[in-house]
Amino acid sequence: MATGPIVARSRALTPWVRARSFLRHALTLDAAAYTLTLLAATTIFLITLLVCYELYIQSALARETFGWKFLFTQAWNPITEKFGALPFIYGTVVTSAMALLIAIPQGLGAAIFLAEMAPPHLSDALTFLIELLAAVPSVIYGLLGIFVLVPVLDNFVVPALQSSLGFLPIFKGVFYGVSYFSAGVVLSIMIIPFIVSVSREVLLAVPLDQREASMALGASRWQTTWRVVVPFALKGITGSIFLALARALGETMAVTMVIGNTPQIKVSLLASGYSIAAIIANEFTEAAGDLYTSALIELALVLFAVTFIINGLARLLIIATTKQGAQA
Amino acid sequence: MRKFMIVLTFLGILAASVTLATTSIVGAGSTFTYPIMSKWTNQYFKLHPDVEINYQSIGSGGGIKQVTEGTVDFGATDGPLDDKQLAEFKQKRGSNVLHFPTVLGGVVPIYNVPGVNGNLKFTPAALAGIYLGHITKWNDSELTKANPGISLPPHDIVVMHRSEGSGTTYCWADYLSKVSPEWKNNVGVGTAISWPVGLGGKGSEGVTGLVKQTPYSIGYVELIYALQNKLGYGDVQNLSGKFIHADLASVTAAAAGAAKSMPSDFRVSITNAPGPTVYPISTYTWLLVPQKISDPIKKKIVVGFVHWVLTEGQKDAEPLAYAPLPKSVQAKELKQLATVQ
Repeated sequence: MATGPIVARSRALTPWVRARSFLRHALTLDAAAYTLTLLAATTIFLITLLVCYELYIQSALARETFGWKFLFTQAWNPITEKFGALPFIYGTVVTSAMALLIAIPQGLGAAIFLAEMAPPHLSDALTFLIELLAAVPSVIYGLLGIFVLVPVLDNFVVPALQSSLGFLPIFKGVFYGVSYFSAGVVLSIMIIPFIVSVSREVLLAVPLDQREASMALGASRWQTTWRVVVPFALKGITGSIFLALARALGETMAVTMVIGNTPQIKVSLLASGYSIAAIIANEFTEAAGDLYTSALIELALVLFAVTFIINGLARLLIIATTKQGAQA
Repeated sequence: MRKFMIVLTFLGILAASVTLATTSIVGAGSTFTYPIMSKWTNQYFKLHPDVEINYQSIGSGGGIKQVTEGTVDFGATDGPLDDKQLAEFKQKRGSNVLHFPTVLGGVVPIYNVPGVNGNLKFTPAALAGIYLGHITKWNDSELTKANPGISLPPHDIVVMHRSEGSGTTYCWADYLSKVSPEWKNNVGVGTAISWPVGLGGKGSEGVTGLVKQTPYSIGYVELIYALQNKLGYGDVQNLSGKFIHADLASVTAAAAGAAKSMPSDFRVSITNAPGPTVYPISTYTWLLVPQKISDPIKKKIVVGFVHWVLTEGQKDAEPLAYAPLPKSVQAKELKQLATVQ
């Protein structure tokens, strides 16, 4: 071992050098990763701000002309240039709420089955099919809505609803197919994949010891699922619902094809209405005149605000009603 | 990465060679004329491989806006510019904009009344009454009077219209405002209007879908759309009191009927034109060309293309179910084309 002393010396050095180089390496890598991810996050934040800013600037004319009244008036007349956003806000909120009302139990039910009860291959195959639904273009949903769903609603669902619950004001009046109701149903079908797909993932991610502990205490399978697994995954599930809600609020093509495009406010879900995204898509390309264009841009700003407010309210609701929220 | 660079270089060379070989001009506007515009630009490219004309069907409103801003070389619209828009153009571009009628189209009423198979006849008062919401039943006397021998049911009329801004709506509203003072005063004319009654369908296919799905409904679509999709449609009574079934001949007759009163700037509505064979809900569609085009090469191409559209290109109109220009209008337009500087 002629090289003994050298080895010894280098050994003596190595841990020190190694540690330093590792530290430096880690520092630079961490720093680089930090910068990169920060950049990614700020870009998204900046894009959101920029969209907001642009909408605000470009809608100046309409905001000056109508003021806050814009939010509370019902007129929409491009010829006399009288514009109000209320029927569109109403339509957007009502159809999205209805979509969630249908999609949450349905989607959550499907997710629980796929994550907790179905055999693994069946679960994978079904999940794949459900995720395919999310990739269907929305115009296809709109066409299916007009040509398939509306006749079904007209012939079976609405008569049944009217004969059983017809005394409720929300089911009164004549049904012409295109309506808040049809739009809500089409939207619910469109947002279910988001809820199912994300909720299933978070349910699957619930640690096994949680289930084992529950079972050990004598809970049945369903009790375990409902009382332990679902509450554990609640944060992820609400996340999936927010994603679905955002999709419902902003959905354009499918909604405009089945909502009837009438700027009015009706209590009955069977009446026709309009949504914010739908009127922007319908009228923006042909909008002539600065005030008209500006009013449409202000509507986009309103949609932004509505999404923000509804999201906020939904979060508050969750904080107020769940234990997890209360702890947090 | 290397592959990416190769592709990039290739694309660069391609782009360079394209710009070297051809000059391209860009037009934008009306979706109604898109089928014939794409045929025209295609044909013209075959005849003149050094010229590429790119037409984007973004809607008439968008076409007017873009030609006013100068972001496109020409525009296309289903409704002529109003005085305010003309003034805005002049202020922004320092010259006038010229209207060139290219082809004609009609708008026809379609309906779905179970038990009625033949062509229904509509008087102007009936159409205005239905769309104003005054006539609400199919067996209204205004309808039964015009349709002797057809038993019309006592059902409510479900009114359908286009939901998005559209030249078709412009033509329909323009006609209704000519036959009904009430429409003119309370509703007005535009590509998008505030409808007194009815449900909105998106696009011609949306309106057709709604009418097909909804018993006892009425709607309106372009004649081309009705012909291409083999839809039945109603006859409309013209100024001479005759009920006319729309076709290319009766639409062209409307242009001929209105040719005498054609103003020098071609901004004319030919709805409700006089003449016994005229279909009354007809309209021109226009190309919008700035009178001053500073780039001499572009000027030459635009003028050449418009000239070809007004002459040779007219042959392509009929196979696509558009009505060609009457000769007298064509001659006037060629004169106007010579004034482009």
